[in-house]
Amino acid sequence: MKEIICNSVYFGVTISILSYILGVQLKKKFGWRLLNPLLVSIVLVISFLLIFEIDFEAYDKGAKYLSYFLTPATVCLAIPLYQQLELLKKNLKAVMIGISAGVLSSFGSILALSYLFQLTHVQYVTLLPKSITTAIGIGLSQEIGGIPTITVAVIIVTGVFGNIFAESICKLFNIKDPIAVGLSIGTAAHAMGTAKALEMGEVEGAMSSLSVAVAGILTVISASFFVNLL
Amino acid sequence: MKYIYQFTLILFITFLGEFIYNIIPLPIPASIYGLLIMLFCLQVKIIKLEMVKEAGAFLLEAMPLMFIPAAVGLLTVWQEVTDILLPLIIIIIFSTIIVMAATGRTTQFIIRQGGESDNERNNL
Repeated sequence: MKEIICNSVYFGVTISILSYILGVQLKKKFGWRLLNPLLVSIVLVISFLLIFEIDFEAYDKGAKYLSYFLTPATVCLAIPLYQQLELLKKNLKAVMIGISAGVLSSFGSILALSYLFQLTHVQYVTLLPKSITTAIGIGLSQEIGGIPTITVAVIIVTGVFGNIFAESICKLFNIKDPIAVGLSIGTAAHAMGTAKALEMGEVEGAMSSLSVAVAGILTVISASFFVNLL
Repeated sequence: MKYIYQFTLILFITFLGEFIYNIIPLPIPASIYGLLIMLFCLQVKIIKLEMVKEAGAFLLEAMPLMFIPAAVGLLTVWQEVTDILLPLIIIIIFSTIIVMAATGRTTQFIIRQGGESDNERNNL
């Protein structure tokens, strides 16, 4: 039985989607924020693999085909963005300054907290790309001397956290304007947060999509100024 | 056939993004090039919205699913960070909250300021 599962290319995809659907159903039934479908599916799949001692590689043999669609899906973020292009043009100044403030505060907060916890230089630069999309973050981490695998892990945890708590955090800081909500989610929690923003509304989704691209590029450009500060 | 056309078009643009990524030595991934190409094509009407709408909506709706494998992959790296796990988690949580607050508050402040000056102009 275990051998069949380990050799299957359909197992990984099926268990991922099934656990996600279960997560959606649980969320519908209980409405509790921590029952975030993404988080539920991650926890369920990890538990399943650990309980039945199935290697990640065996799971990923099939599951990688889900990841395969991430690039075309990111390309499609252009569609909601296109539909809100007039709104973007009208608010261009606010959008650019807002994202820049986000990128700077990301560097600043990571620097301050790394200093506080006495992290090493390598650990610090590994964290620097934490809010940007994985595809940009891996490359940046390599370039500035970080450990790419840990950067990816940090980016993913950031994304999951953003996906779960984006709504609460915006509410807490009284961020109500849909443009501001979208930008804050995309700048802080990249494409994983954007998946949430798309559920919240068209403007939120479009602005979050935009900030994934802009914050990613801004981070790459400005990271070198922060690399040697710790 | 409609979905096949739409998917093919999206995949073709993704391929173009990948192509550009391979010839331009910048740390910008294929997906961002593809996003910009798609946006440009929609804007200049080379691609009409109807040509990608349904397949695009499907991919966006399924997007959370595509993050599951990478997140499950955390299994394989977490041993490497056990000694700094707690500071790491605290940094991730606080920094993410700070970035959201800074981005959102700044944007909202400028939009509202702009809105007020627009109103003032209208009043004149």
